[in-house]
Amino acid sequence: MSTLVVSQIGPASSVQDGGRFGAQRYGLTPSGAMDKLSLAAANSLVGNELTAAAIEIGPFGATFMAKAGAVRVALSGAPRPADVSKRPVEMNTSVTLNEGEKLTLGFARGGSFSYLAIEGGIAGEPMFNSLSVNARAGLGSPYPRPLQAGDVFDVAPATGAPEMQIELPKLSGAIRVVMGPQDDEFSDEMKALFLCSDWTVSATSDRMGYRLEGPVIRHLHGHNIVSDGTVEGSIQVPGNGSPIVLMSDRGTSGGYPKIATVITADFGRLAQTPAGTPFRFKAVSMAEAQAELRRYKDLLRSLPERVTKLASNDFNVDALFTANVAGHAVSATDVTTWPGVTPDQPDHL
Amino acid sequence: MADPFPPPRLLPSGDSAVTVEFSRTIDETANRRVLALDHALAAAGIAGVTETVPTYRSLLVHYDPGVIGHDELSNRLLTLSAGSLAPETDIRRWRVPVCYGGENGIDLEDVAKALSLTPDEVVARHVAASYRVAMIGFTPGWSYLSGLDPRLQMSRRQNPRLATPAGIIAIGGIQTGIQCLAGPCGWHLLGRTAMRTFQLHREPTFLLEPGDEVSFIAVDEKTFAEQERAAEAGELIAERIAA
Repeated sequence: MSTLVVSQIGPASSVQDGGRFGAQRYGLTPSGAMDKLSLAAANSLVGNELTAAAIEIGPFGATFMAKAGAVRVALSGAPRPADVSKRPVEMNTSVTLNEGEKLTLGFARGGSFSYLAIEGGIAGEPMFNSLSVNARAGLGSPYPRPLQAGDVFDVAPATGAPEMQIELPKLSGAIRVVMGPQDDEFSDEMKALFLCSDWTVSATSDRMGYRLEGPVIRHLHGHNIVSDGTVEGSIQVPGNGSPIVLMSDRGTSGGYPKIATVITADFGRLAQTPAGTPFRFKAVSMAEAQAELRRYKDLLRSLPERVTKLASNDFNVDALFTANVAGHAVSATDVTTWPGVTPDQPDHL
Repeated sequence: MADPFPPPRLLPSGDSAVTVEFSRTIDETANRRVLALDHALAAAGIAGVTETVPTYRSLLVHYDPGVIGHDELSNRLLTLSAGSLAPETDIRRWRVPVCYGGENGIDLEDVAKALSLTPDEVVARHVAASYRVAMIGFTPGWSYLSGLDPRLQMSRRQNPRLATPAGIIAIGGIQTGIQCLAGPCGWHLLGRTAMRTFQLHREPTFLLEPGDEVSFIAVDEKTFAEQERAAEAGELIAERIAA
């Protein structure tokens, strides 16, 4: 058994998986990864189930160390500088930490959450079939709280599988919503204002809700409705007129009118929108939202097929040969570049 | 016979859930219709329906649109809503011990003053009523009960408390409630119960169901302390009573 030690980690980092379903009627929110596409991509790189638990890392840096053996991990989600013993690690690739080696992650750039998947998954005691941390309810395993320096994960020893990479489609554009359930609590002018304005995510946002900064959205009949159920992506408008998007740790019910709901396919993209970066909403029909959901689920299912072997992560010898700048250069770490060794006979030595 | 009720409104809640709204206000009949639809839906076993969340006046139905479409599900929900209210034969009834006043119910005196009652009268009225779990929501096990004595109805606190202990029994508006976990609360705190509506590693993890009936019985601080220890050991504390 190897271990992965959290040497250093910022706030808003926790173990998350596909979520905890089946008890929303008792007030238990699903939690789960804020960006499930990135969670799935990280898992696919190390051969895990797509919704397996991984470490969700907030905007700040983090350092992990392998102990008692090698550990193979993969990184996806918000881009950030990463290295192992000064060797840079690209996003959307796997990397093996030899015993004693550290993976050092910098601040997220152009996103909020990165996902570190561990080959073989995270050992823990599932509660309602999930290891996801829900700190408020004291749920999550192995730690029912955000991660701290010194936390230790028991993990499978690295299998020695080759390092992999995955290409993900670039997603951009407005965050699409289905209007309702309480859009009739707002005038046409207010709905137009909601859809035609630039919004930014407030720095006070968290896994429970993203507070939006932009114009004030006024209600037709006041801001108190009788509590009703919420979903991931519900956009509620409280009394001050500043919308709040309910995120993965939302309350299961709420008493503010909900003007619209972010479509499932765009939820992770909203979750990754950094504080202060302007974006817009766009209303789509139910048929379009559900068609997008099918495409999104097809993309998720296709991830394991999109995984390919990682080209040498030191430097690209082929490219250097092609450019005729490195006549007989060899890589110190890639035996396939050594004289007498062909790529399909790497264990000739 | 014509359906005695108007049909509910079906409101889209994103691409994977629909809200079946029976009323816009807190309404006894609407809540019974919500619970009746919830039961009917569970019995119907519609493929693609993944989870339901009953509230005072609506039922949120989560579904997988890859299995059942929005229009087909909406039609099924309308049909199921048209039935009369289910006969209430198998309702579970619970008696829940509460330690009222003192440090467990720090608002009892103020509530009494505001309502021109004595603290004992407030407690007497609170234990005399029979309540129904109208919904559970917001945080795990937070149970909203309908049936509060109209004489005890008062608006919520101007400034919600950011931290209240686990197990509080509170009143707010026309409702009373049981908050299982420690957390923020804008209601008036009358007392505390050792019963946990949500407790890990206990069978059942969630004690109360929407639709259950609840009544309260006052206990002293010593009994409360004993019950707290018993609850910690996994006992239910609430007593299931015959109809």
